Amino acid sequence: MKRPILEVRDLCMRFGGLLAVNGVKLNVYERQVVSIIGPNGAGKTTVFNCLTGFYEPSWGEILLDGEPIHGLPGHRIARKGIVRTFQNVRLFKDMTAVENLLVAQHRHLNTHFLAGLFKTPAFRHSEQDAMALAAHWLEQVELSAVANRPAGTLAYGQQRRLEIARCMMTRPRILMLDEPAAGLNPRETEQLKALIALLRDTHGVTVLLIEHDMKLVMSISDRIVVINQGCPLAEGRPDEIRSNPAVIKAYLGES
Amino acid sequence: MSEIYHFFQQLINGLTVGSTYALIAIGYTMVYGIIGMINFAHGDVYMVGSYVAFIAIVGLSMLGLDALPILMAGALIASIVVTSAYGYSIERIAYRPLRNSNRLIPLISAIGMSIFLQNYVMLAQGSGSKAIPNPIPGEFVIGDSAMNGVIVSYIQIVIFSVTFLAMLGLTLFISRSRLGRACRACAEDLKMANLLGIDTNAIISLTFVIGAALAAVAAVLIGMQYGVITPNIGFLAGIKAFTAAVLGGIGSIPGAMLGGLLLGIAEAFGADLFGDQYKDVVAFSLLILVLLFRPSGILGRPEVEKV
Amino acid sequence: MSARLRLAFFSALLVPLVAFPILGLKLVTVGINLEIQGAAPLTWWIIAACTLGMFVWQLLRRRLAAGWASSPNLPRIPAGTGNFLTRPKTQRWGILALALVALVWPFFASRGAVDLATLIMIYVMLGLGLNIVVGLAGLLDLGYVGFYAVGAYTYAMLGEYYGLGFWTCLPIAGAMAALFGFLLGFPVLRLRGDYLAIVTLGFGEIIRILLRNLTEFTGGPNGISGIEKPTLFGLTFDRRAPEGMQTFHEFFGLAYNASNKVIFLYLIALGLVLLTLFTINRLLRMPIGRAWEALREDEIACRALGLNPTLIKLSAFTLGATFAGFAGCLFAARQGLVSPNSFEFIESAIILAIVVLGGMGSQLGVILAAIVMILLPELTREFSEYRMLIFGSLMVLMMIWRPQGLLPMQRPHLELKR
Repeated sequence: MKRPILEVRDLCMRFGGLLAVNGVKLNVYERQVVSIIGPNGAGKTTVFNCLTGFYEPSWGEILLDGEPIHGLPGHRIARKGIVRTFQNVRLFKDMTAVENLLVAQHRHLNTHFLAGLFKTPAFRHSEQDAMALAAHWLEQVELSAVANRPAGTLAYGQQRRLEIARCMMTRPRILMLDEPAAGLNPRETEQLKALIALLRDTHGVTVLLIEHDMKLVMSISDRIVVINQGCPLAEGRPDEIRSNPAVIKAYLGES
Repeated sequence: MSEIYHFFQQLINGLTVGSTYALIAIGYTMVYGIIGMINFAHGDVYMVGSYVAFIAIVGLSMLGLDALPILMAGALIASIVVTSAYGYSIERIAYRPLRNSNRLIPLISAIGMSIFLQNYVMLAQGSGSKAIPNPIPGEFVIGDSAMNGVIVSYIQIVIFSVTFLAMLGLTLFISRSRLGRACRACAEDLKMANLLGIDTNAIISLTFVIGAALAAVAAVLIGMQYGVITPNIGFLAGIKAFTAAVLGGIGSIPGAMLGGLLLGIAEAFGADLFGDQYKDVVAFSLLILVLLFRPSGILGRPEVEKV
Repeated sequence: MSARLRLAFFSALLVPLVAFPILGLKLVTVGINLEIQGAAPLTWWIIAACTLGMFVWQLLRRRLAAGWASSPNLPRIPAGTGNFLTRPKTQRWGILALALVALVWPFFASRGAVDLATLIMIYVMLGLGLNIVVGLAGLLDLGYVGFYAVGAYTYAMLGEYYGLGFWTCLPIAGAMAALFGFLLGFPVLRLRGDYLAIVTLGFGEIIRILLRNLTEFTGGPNGISGIEKPTLFGLTFDRRAPEGMQTFHEFFGLAYNASNKVIFLYLIALGLVLLTLFTINRLLRMPIGRAWEALREDEIACRALGLNPTLIKLSAFTLGATFAGFAGCLFAARQGLVSPNSFEFIESAIILAIVVLGGMGSQLGVILAAIVMILLPELTREFSEYRMLIFGSLMVLMMIWRPQGLLPMQRPHLELKR
């Protein structure tokens, strides 16, 4: 079989005396949707923070295409193509929706100081392209109508979609979504599901998902990883997970 | 042999200066520990303390009450009472309304307060320096002679003992008393302490008062040792004390004590090495280096960023 | 009621406790001794009145507040005015009008007034430059005066030792200040906001102490004097030209006028201010300007999107330093003398006060604040004594009531056109 795009081996994260993540391993293949599930406080977000460079793992390896990325600063990891959303949406609230998308393209723009100062043709082209790409994605997430509104004034579901669109501006290879369906109504959740499928099928993005909505997780995931109290509990296809006794035990809280 | 004496001389001088830094540093570290702001005006509170101490000493002498214990007690009490009032009022006026705003806003307000205090004292008391004779003159020598030995002045002994007593008092207060426990709870988690029924506003005021009172003690001691004050002394004293607090680990009271002593020693030896005019550069460089390479200081806890 | 009464007593007690020792008793040097003199009776009466006032106010505070809220017909500024005044377009017209006035004005004003206006221009530049760092990028730089000093000393030293003129030194001064900004900023910009402020303050002080003590190069506490004024394509504005040069008035066949020199320097200052304004206006609409704003709002999100926070902050820091360098070069040319005393911390604080007062991120606000701050103390002697006292209290009051400044500016938004 092909080499996984993202490999995580024996990941541990210690805060003082607390071992928040203990020996988690992951193999994510290209164009898969992989979900990480587990009870609250299981360490899922900590895994995300390690993968995206916000925490430096205490132990373990993270390989992107076989290349170690653990210990790199967050922006370097993002540049390698791993971007994420946040559990509590982190938009630039005073900037408009379209400006949020422009900021995310910063790295791909003509940021030459003099070019910008004198509005050279190259600079103007670069800005126009950025605008066009932003407009395209606003369309994709059905936010064209609110493009010029400050992001903080959008409805919650819109903010969630805008955050995903903003990630897409960086042309990621792996998109990590931290509870994207939290706070969405059933209709919005359906939209989200369609959007994730679109990202994977049309744009070739690999998606890593933390989610509590089991219906969404079961219907969209190619693989599921279960974490409990920082330790890996199970891994497999949705139907395997559904019938795994250990998982059922952890979720139903039997002791 | 004389090198050894020289070394110990620098050490003792450094420790003397350092213990006064430690006293001022407590004010920075306690306030930072609880509300996470740099009280930039703290150095100027110390400056006000020195003026009050001088006024008390001169006033008592003019009344004929110039016995040393009366002078010292008078200066300490007057300075502590007035400076505490300043600490309390400053927090109430310039910081409390800004409690929940962006970190930089209270800092700018504190800078404004610092400029205000400095110029207020300058207008009221004149910008020239004021000098009093050392009320505790005299010294003794360890070693063969003053040229070849360690000179310890009586005022240095007084500074050590008063600082030690003040620190002991503070430590007992923080570790044993009910209010001290409330202080620790607030430093741990202000919101939670509030939910548990602790009057956090009162505790915050209290930390400002304690900080100001200890700065007043330092003001009396330093004032007696050097005998000269100007309205500008707060700036440098404040920066030095802040450096001490950062060096020890900001938020940690033992850290501030340790940091003060270490900074005093570093300065004494630095001045010896590079010349007296670079004494301040030693302190500033130390501040920058610690912030860059170990922002949690010697005894502080590293902060974990919340994502 | 008793709790209220106790609070009122306590607050009233604080007033004399705070005011009396410092304001009421004055230390006076008599011969070699210090003595205490009581202040004028008026001071004591004022303290007593304030004490009483505090007592009454604390007692009636709630009732007064209620009365205030219910009073019906207070004259209000229409809501639209604030919006109108803070719009970028309005402010751009305001700046344009100011620039026009500034351009024709020196030909009518007195020589002293033009000289003062040059100083104001220098502060406008400093304010605008610091505004990039504080207002746009959200970094509190308390050592800004250090870069100003670098610019001024660059010109002074290059002129003193290598005989270079103003126009050669101006870009070098900017570049040197930028280099300093870059080198100092690189390690410190990953620090959190308040630590950054203190570290920059430390750097500013270190620069000043070095200037003071490296006497062989910088002239020590006395500084460097005899700095040349700028020339117009090699024409000096002096009465008599040095060997091998021509004077402005001879070349154009005019009578010698000492004001020409001052007006010329003023026009250079004005030109530099306009250049600064142009640059900042472009920056706001460039990707880097958006990145600054984004970084100010949420650094974590920026990192997650692959923006390098240190680099983005560094660009603001370096740019701000560059303008300080230009301003320093101009300052050296105006004074004809630089010494470490011109670059103390208080200078940084004044520039910061200009930014805070004018409105973070707003150019027009900063310009107006600089004019007011520098002009007022020069106009009235009494005011100049109280100047710093008022600056300090204004900084506190502004943070409490109007942290966005007196005349903030809404950021120009990029719109998606359909």
